[in-house]
Amino acid sequence: MFYISIFFQYMSQYVKTKLQYRTDLLVEFLSDLMFQGVNLIFILVVFGHTQLLNGWTRDEIIFIYGFFLVPFALFAAFFNIWDFNERYIVRGEMDRVLTRPVHSLFQIVLERMELESLLGGITGLIVMGYAASRLHLSFHWYDVILFVLFVLGGTFVYAGIFISLASISFWSDARSSIMPMMYNIGNYGRYPVDIYNRVIRYVLTWILPFAFVGVYPSAYFLRKTEWYTYSFLTPVMGIVCFTLSVLLWNAGVKRYRGAGN
Amino acid sequence: MGKYIEMIRMRFLMMLAYRTNYYSGIFIYSINIGAYYFLWSAIYGGQPSIQGMTVEQMTTYVAIAWMARAFYFNNIDREIAMEIREGKVAIELIRPYNYLVMKTMQGLGEGIFRLLFFSLPGMIIVTFVFSLQFTANVHTWGYFALSTMFSFIINSQLNLIAGMVTFFTLNGEGLLRAKRFVIDLFSGLILPISFYPEWAQHVMHYLPFQAISYIPSMIFTESFTGDAVMKGMMFQAVWCVVLIVPIYVLWKAAKRKLIIQGG
Repeated sequence: MFYISIFFQYMSQYVKTKLQYRTDLLVEFLSDLMFQGVNLIFILVVFGHTQLLNGWTRDEIIFIYGFFLVPFALFAAFFNIWDFNERYIVRGEMDRVLTRPVHSLFQIVLERMELESLLGGITGLIVMGYAASRLHLSFHWYDVILFVLFVLGGTFVYAGIFISLASISFWSDARSSIMPMMYNIGNYGRYPVDIYNRVIRYVLTWILPFAFVGVYPSAYFLRKTEWYTYSFLTPVMGIVCFTLSVLLWNAGVKRYRGAGN
Repeated sequence: MGKYIEMIRMRFLMMLAYRTNYYSGIFIYSINIGAYYFLWSAIYGGQPSIQGMTVEQMTTYVAIAWMARAFYFNNIDREIAMEIREGKVAIELIRPYNYLVMKTMQGLGEGIFRLLFFSLPGMIIVTFVFSLQFTANVHTWGYFALSTMFSFIINSQLNLIAGMVTFFTLNGEGLLRAKRFVIDLFSGLILPISFYPEWAQHVMHYLPFQAISYIPSMIFTESFTGDAVMKGMMFQAVWCVVLIVPIYVLWKAAKRKLIIQGG
């Protein structure tokens, strides 16, 4: 209960500070839209030169992209820890976080939230709606529940991967320069994984399970029955990934010694 | 001149201190290029060539474009924005060097480091795993080296401009991010310019972005031959010179602006 109330208090503070600088907010919205546009343009240009991507049509790929944007928006809004090392370890801010009465990871989630990223989820829904109407997809009532489950699963997969990466900084003094590249790899989960060779498919499914944020859950809504097993694994993967990363984080916090200045 | 070379050396050594980080980076970069490789193979499907490029040329294009990016890429726009916000730039201005040249040299030091410790080993790994087409033509390698140097200059110039624009805006984060997407998309890093629709290609011909990634990569894959190579490098050279103008103007204006903030 305490966690929930503090969460909403932070949230309202955040909204207040953001509304102070409205032009900044607008610029951020626009740059988010551009980010989403770049990937869409990529898909559109590529399909200007080909009809099928290993049997998947343009609209199906667009649908996957739209789906991906929703968990990604949730992730970006609440797990903004890609610069954890510079921001918390190097500057010694972690000491302060540890004195707070909530779990250290939760405290960081609170401090670093970026609610404006949620707008990307709306873009995602629009993109999905567009693709779905072109594909004449039909949905059951329980698809809504599954959609929520898959989105949450995907969000926690993403969160798990990035929390694990952030936890590495408790052990080594690596700077976070691999983080931007991880964002790039995340993109490959949006394409049908059967185009990749075994190694990359394995990596995207079990090691850096980005495929669970894009193609696997979307396959269910696109009625690709051969992928259903993976689709329904999405929430499980989310829980596993997130739990492992929190355990890793806790182990890391135990080792933490402070920056010493 | 000596002091600037010293700056390249300092930044190089600084990066060297963090080199372990780069070994994991090479692994991730290889996966990145590998995934791109298969994505493009799937896009080609059975087609022998699209827009005059074979699938081998295309995958080589992607690999070399990402490897070259390690050299020309730098964060000097963010560094400038941060030094302005924290007021450090005031001290930099009284030091006996040109601030902008100093930043560019630091970027160069970083670039050389990544070229040696990142691109070269990464390239070796990638060539073992995937079938890439490396030319044996010495001239092509020479042109490519020169063209990549131009890429570095133009990319740094654009970074300087973006960094200086944050002198005038309160928060530059959104702007810098937007700039990155524009460069990713229009430089030819993720898509060769020749894949875009005609009208878009026409517009991009009036913008400097394709000089960053498209031209060197096309030279390397020998998709540009003969005249096209020279024309491409002329395009780069012209933009190098043209971009000096906005930098100069912005720098003059920015210095005046800084006095107001310097309390």
